[in-house]
Amino acid sequence: MALIDRLGETLDKGQGSGIILSTVDSLLDWARGKSLWAMPMGTACCAMELIAASFNKFDFDRHGTFPRPDPRHTDVMIVAGTITKKMAPAVKQLYEQMADPKWVIAMGNCAVSGGIFYYDTYSVVRGVDEFLPVDVYIAGCPPRPESLQDAVFRLRERIATESIAPDRRREAVLTLPGSADISFGVRPGDHGADEQGGAR
Amino acid sequence: MNIAALREHLCATYPDLCPLFSIEFGDGVLSVDPDRLLEAAGNLKDLGFDRLSVVTAVDRPTHFELVYRLYARPMSAAVFIKCNVDRENPRVHSLAGLWPAALWQERETFDMFGIIFEGHPDLRRILLPDDWEGYPLRKDYQDETLIRRPDYI
Repeated sequence: MALIDRLGETLDKGQGSGIILSTVDSLLDWARGKSLWAMPMGTACCAMELIAASFNKFDFDRHGTFPRPDPRHTDVMIVAGTITKKMAPAVKQLYEQMADPKWVIAMGNCAVSGGIFYYDTYSVVRGVDEFLPVDVYIAGCPPRPESLQDAVFRLRERIATESIAPDRRREAVLTLPGSADISFGVRPGDHGADEQGGAR
Repeated sequence: MNIAALREHLCATYPDLCPLFSIEFGDGVLSVDPDRLLEAAGNLKDLGFDRLSVVTAVDRPTHFELVYRLYARPMSAAVFIKCNVDRENPRVHSLAGLWPAALWQERETFDMFGIIFEGHPDLRRILLPDDWEGYPLRKDYQDETLIRRPDYI
């Protein structure tokens, strides 16, 4: 558990000093995981459960998950429903409009694999993972709001393990004019050389 | 208006349509040839059938069977028109001039079965993407992504 998750306890031990020490990763993961605004990509009957999830009986707002109709405001796309071949480019475009970091939940059998439309259907995409990077799959036809709630918790667990470091190390390659690349940290594909103790 | 009264009314007004009229499963059906479709439909409209509810088709082994359902609000009566068209060269005259409701329904029938409605002002695909190949509700439709259901399921 990251230090930031024990905020109250830590503050008490700090005897009112008001200083918290944490890593950037744990602070970011904590912030991102607890405010997952959702892009409700509802196209079929699963959308009814998605709508029910955000209303008073299940109240996703209390978990920080809140549907926004604008992809630029959202962190997680919840694909709830059958995606047809004609709809797929629009879904992809909406995903691309979302700001990084972004995640995808495939809700229901149709979004997972095509569901009942897997066989003998000319028009349905067999799972949104054919064109989107899906983080959490929820089975069900349709799944209940509790399942969606569970998926958000699992996504939060996954986010808690993410680090911004690999991305930064991948990008930290400085090119100087007229010289060889000077590399800070590890470049993609260089892991083997490091493990063998190669001089860098 | 019940079927018997409708038949009587139709036969009294248009005697030449009378032999084409039959009753299938309790519904009045007018079976016409493609070249007489427009004329027969016009006659039915004059008779009071002011509403075109459905245009669709059935893929029979030897031909396409076009199905139109008409409704007459003044008489509270419904009738079907059935029209067999050639499977190799499916062409029939559009009814969009009589009932504007046919505009989109004929586009859908064209989209799914590839039946050409001559005289339609804007005959192009309506549900499938514009670059789609083939007509998926034909029984012999195939594409490389289609997965047939195995027999054991």
